[in-house]
Amino acid sequence: MDIFVALSDPTRRAILEILASSGELPATDIYEHFSASPQAISQHLKVLREANLVVMEKHAQKHLYSLNPYTLSQFEIWVQQTRQRWEESFQALDKVLEAEKQKLVQGEQERK
Amino acid sequence: MSLERKRREMAGQNKTNVAAEPGKQEMTITREFDAPRELVFKAFTDPGLVPQWWGPGRLSTLVDKLDARSGGQWRFINQDPDGNEYGFHGVYHEILAPERIIDTFEFEGLPEKGHVSLDTALFDVLPGNRTRLTIQSVFRSVADRDGMVMSGMESGLSEGFERLDEILAKQKK
Repeated sequence: MDIFVALSDPTRRAILEILASSGELPATDIYEHFSASPQAISQHLKVLREANLVVMEKHAQKHLYSLNPYTLSQFEIWVQQTRQRWEESFQALDKVLEAEKQKLVQGEQERK
Repeated sequence: MSLERKRREMAGQNKTNVAAEPGKQEMTITREFDAPRELVFKAFTDPGLVPQWWGPGRLSTLVDKLDARSGGQWRFINQDPDGNEYGFHGVYHEILAPERIIDTFEFEGLPEKGHVSLDTALFDVLPGNRTRLTIQSVFRSVADRDGMVMSGMESGLSEGFERLDEILAKQKK
């Protein structure tokens, strides 16, 4: 999961804002900010964790969440943005190549 | 470094990798494709195919020039839905079909000319009719490298990051 996809959702951005203003928060406190189910928010937290935007520490029974300051460096963001930009083009290129392969197969069949 | 490792683990087959170090003038992009290299090479040099994949998806691409031979020129234009145009051009220093393209690259939308990068695209054969593409870009300065994606043409993609900047600014207070 990359940063850009993680940031594309308004609930996830809201979670980041809450963590930015509160520092470290238990998952249960984050749930209380939203009308969505704890399960849904938990999924959002998972996405943010996989994108390395937040980190989670277990303390006794609590899952404590905070922003990951390392990931949020400008340089890291720049690399992710560059990757995202190229990946978008390359996914389009995948489709072009698939179509070209089909044309080659058809051409061979017609020659037979 | 654990982040770097994690990113590699998450990146499966056919995932774009960007290798860039802070403070350097270069970056290397790698990506694998499920197609023989002749086809991948063709997608880079055929004026009919380039517009189908080049540039951001929300922009259309027009090929103004594509003279795919050593010394030939290229010029592509990205157009947004409002009709704004962003031109890019360069010269093919070397075209060695189907394994290598070396060219210069310049974005015409910058306030000052001469911010050119030298791009080397290598097309390597992989087993199973697959191809590994490696694009190495060398820029005139670190600012040129890091500034490319921050230019106006990326504004759509940048929105998410601007929001993040706001969030970070709040955190610092």
